[in-house]
Amino acid sequence: MPLPVRDVVGILADNLRLRGSVLPIPARRATAWARDLGIPRGGETVLYTGQMYQLIPYIERLVRLEQRLGDSPLARFSGVARRANRLVNGVAVVARPGASERAEYDRIPANVARLLQKSGVAFGYLYEDDLYSGALAHDLGADEAVAAHARRVAGVLRKRGVREVITLDPHTTTMLRTVYPKLVEGYDVRVRSYLEVLAERGLPVGVPLSGTVTIHDSCVYARYEGIVDEPRRLLASAGLTVAEPENAGQWTWCCGGPAESLFPATAAALAGKRVEQLRAVAPDCVTMCPICLVNLRKAANGTMRLRDISDHLLDAVTERGASAAHVGGPTP
Amino acid sequence: MSTLVSSGMIHQLEAIGPFDAEACMNCGVCTATCPLGVDLLPRRLFRYAALGLEDRVIQSSQAIFSCLLCRACEASCPAGVHITENMRVLRHWLLQEGF
Repeated sequence: MPLPVRDVVGILADNLRLRGSVLPIPARRATAWARDLGIPRGGETVLYTGQMYQLIPYIERLVRLEQRLGDSPLARFSGVARRANRLVNGVAVVARPGASERAEYDRIPANVARLLQKSGVAFGYLYEDDLYSGALAHDLGADEAVAAHARRVAGVLRKRGVREVITLDPHTTTMLRTVYPKLVEGYDVRVRSYLEVLAERGLPVGVPLSGTVTIHDSCVYARYEGIVDEPRRLLASAGLTVAEPENAGQWTWCCGGPAESLFPATAAALAGKRVEQLRAVAPDCVTMCPICLVNLRKAANGTMRLRDISDHLLDAVTERGASAAHVGGPTP
Repeated sequence: MSTLVSSGMIHQLEAIGPFDAEACMNCGVCTATCPLGVDLLPRRLFRYAALGLEDRVIQSSQAIFSCLLCRACEASCPAGVHITENMRVLRHWLLQEGF
């Protein structure tokens, strides 16, 4: 049984208002991926993560807890939990993923930074000022909290002299590119996904890959932002053959992830159906959204290989592609 | 059996954001393309909202919050209804109402 929607949304909105993120995590955790990459601090063009990939291990811990609570008598006390969360950051208490869980998703922003570096793109990073975009709270209709947060993020970008941001997930892309202009007067930051940036510049392929992958388009990239061709062009230039599944491109099928915070069972059932569609085409699947990746991986349960697109692209531009049996091998 | 109708509901929804439920032709393509296969959404729901049937909308809160906002319905809608934005507006209204 799901927890009361009003209290769950309330906790997320309270967190955004009080702590700057629906799931507040320490800045040292959110920025750990950038260690040793030598990315300059700030600049006119920045790589903006919106903390999305970094948040996934914390979201997973919370969803597991939510599932357990939803089936227990404690669910009746969700209103008390909301009041307590206003005083103490509940995420810090109940969601503590291990180092290996964090590393799995921290790897992806690091991939993207390396790809941009190898493509000759000049960019900086805002480190502790790389704030969450407010995407989940926006989806849930917590509009006042999101509007205030958008003004805060826009103020940081203005103060740091940022004129262009390069995003790495669909949800942050659509928030910063399409939603913020409606919420923040005078907001004129140019926003592009790293997939658009790399597709425009061309991928500096070192060792071409080989093999066939299927592709799971993000609903937000495909239907909100019109990003459909870019990932295909990049995968083709990396040397991979893209096999289209049922429901691809503009007609892609949702991974179920958006339902996960409130209705985990619904999300799991939908992800299972999508995995069947993908597995029917190829045992290797490329994703481009952290929420899709984690939901489909759980549903696949090891029966097919799911990797973020940045993993494949980095294989193609570095020597690691020469030795990696990253497609066509046994499923993990 | 009587039904309470709120003439102000549609104005409350339009004050939250663009709400174009009246453009819905009730053709059902959205329902046919919804990955969740929820038969309520969105055509009947939009009728409830346009008619001011607050209780029916509140009773539908679980369906409203389970919408994925994936826009599969919008990609097929012959009337070009902004279905997902309407859903977001309804969520905001429900939160305001403290459903």
